[in-house]
Amino acid sequence: MKASPAQARTVEAGLPAEAEEVAFDIKNFSLWYGQRQALQDVTIRIPAKKVTAIIGPSGCGKSTFLRALNRMHELTPGTRLEGSLRHFGEDLYGPGVEAVAIRRRVGMVFQKSNPFPTMSIAENVLVGLRLNGVRDKRVLQSRLEESLHMAALWDEVKDVLNRPGTSLSGGQQQRLCIARSLAVQPETLLMDEPCSALDPLATAKIEELIQTLRERYTVVIVTHNMQQAARCSDRTAFFYLGRLIEFGNTRNIFTSPSNPQTEAYVSGRFG
Amino acid sequence: MTESPYLPTPQFARWRKAKSSAVTGILVACALAVIAPLFLVIYFLLEKGFSSLDWNFFTQLPKPTGEVGGGMANAIVGSVVLLAMATVFGVPFGIFGGIYLAEYGSDRANNWIRFAADVLNGVPSIVWGMVVYLLLVVPFKGFSAYAGGVALGLMMVPLVMRTTEEVLILVPQSYREAALALGVARWKMIVVIVVRTALKGIATGVIIALARIAGETAPLLFTALGNTFWSHNLKEPISALPLQIFAYGLSPYDDWHRQAWAGALVLMALIIVLNVTVRVLSRDRSKTD
Ligand SMILES: Nc1ncnc2c1ncn2[C@@H]1O[C@H](COP(=O)(O)OP(=O)(O)O)[C@@H](O)[C@H]1O
Ligand SMILES: [Mg+2]
Repeated sequence: MKASPAQARTVEAGLPAEAEEVAFDIKNFSLWYGQRQALQDVTIRIPAKKVTAIIGPSGCGKSTFLRALNRMHELTPGTRLEGSLRHFGEDLYGPGVEAVAIRRRVGMVFQKSNPFPTMSIAENVLVGLRLNGVRDKRVLQSRLEESLHMAALWDEVKDVLNRPGTSLSGGQQQRLCIARSLAVQPETLLMDEPCSALDPLATAKIEELIQTLRERYTVVIVTHNMQQAARCSDRTAFFYLGRLIEFGNTRNIFTSPSNPQTEAYVSGRFG
Repeated sequence: MTESPYLPTPQFARWRKAKSSAVTGILVACALAVIAPLFLVIYFLLEKGFSSLDWNFFTQLPKPTGEVGGGMANAIVGSVVLLAMATVFGVPFGIFGGIYLAEYGSDRANNWIRFAADVLNGVPSIVWGMVVYLLLVVPFKGFSAYAGGVALGLMMVPLVMRTTEEVLILVPQSYREAALALGVARWKMIVVIVVRTALKGIATGVIIALARIAGETAPLLFTALGNTFWSHNLKEPISALPLQIFAYGLSPYDDWHRQAWAGALVLMALIIVLNVTVRVLSRDRSKTD
């Protein structure tokens, strides 16, 4: 099915202005799990150094979309995709492009916090650097502090850096995972419902942290919580049944969406 | 007051109670039958062997035929050497095989490898001895500690491989994804994250395999052969507790019978220690998870 003219227009309206730097330039992107199509003809330009929220009902393809952005979906056997995906101009799926190299530039934070159970807090933060061959003690120490500061965790853990990462509270663990992703200095951070397992206080901390991240990073965050999208994102993309229905400034999406399906979803009438 | 029709009559209740305690009794008897042999083994070993466990037993070589006294020092050291060699030869293959099964292989290939491992697990230990005899003893013209270590190591491979696979599969997928999302190469992720997370489980598997082979006699008969002296060269025959027990147990001398019991007691103690280690390791694991 082709997108209707109305849909096409709203998508156009959400595209960033020419002057704005684009992080992900995605054209006619479709993805299949075996025979089953999970994403259909998605065209979107995600701006750099902004927070873009992906919303939509469960099963509409949010995680699938996010995982295609750093090729994590390749861990699922039998997936296939079409279309063009570029990250700061570089073709993510170009010949000779390695997923490992992409993932160093495009980090990911998962729904359930997953610090490595065998490692201390410091080791968790530095594991990505160490495994990529960084040995210099001074570099490691400064990255450790910098990443924990960025993740708003430094003050809470600076005296217990050698305790196991799993000894922290749920919200702290999630911030530790954010610090771990930031330590390898990605340009973009993908977050898949990073707060859905956290209490409101811990959620507030992470939302606050996302605000500071946008100064240095491009953030794409999947959330099923519309208040969260409204509170902490600059742009919002609404997905439904594997299609991008509407993409635009967060304020517009939540106050005056141009598509009736978007309107129904953000006003809580379905999903 | 009329009796409720749903309440059993007193006779019936008594009959039911009797049946219930009869069944309970049978079950308790079966449970006892399962653990009784262990106590019998320990009882006989202690009764027959404990009195012979003196300092000499652990420090002296066997005395020449007919002379009283001596010990099994060389057999104890030999067993330790053979187990160490078996670990060196067998465990890497077992662990790498388990990693392959859990992290790489296709479903079809894995099915065949698992089937092969299960068949290997069932190969009688004397057959391992004969195979290694043909592979190492005949070509190198002599029994050797190497051949014994290889025979025992081969027996460890399928055991270690299957337990390694099982514990690796238990490592949550989310750790693998977290590591890969940091731009870490797959093999590094497997070694540093998956294997390290499962290390205790792998160690447990290795110790279980060691406990299984520690008392094996048959594979050593055609390979390590046994030795009544210290062996100073791994290319020469080496003594081992089970071999020494076998030789002494078949002998016509009372003093050697006495020492065979003592040797069996030491061997059994070693195996119990290995099993207790496994218990302690697994208990720690369930606590941290
Ligand atoms: N590994 C998979 N294999 C097959 N189908 C999948 C797989 N993962 C997701 N899907 C399907 O793709 C669709 C989108 O899933 P997902 O991206 O997880 O949705 P969301 O994150 O929006 O809830 C769903 O219909 C889901 O059933
Ligand atoms: Mg999802």
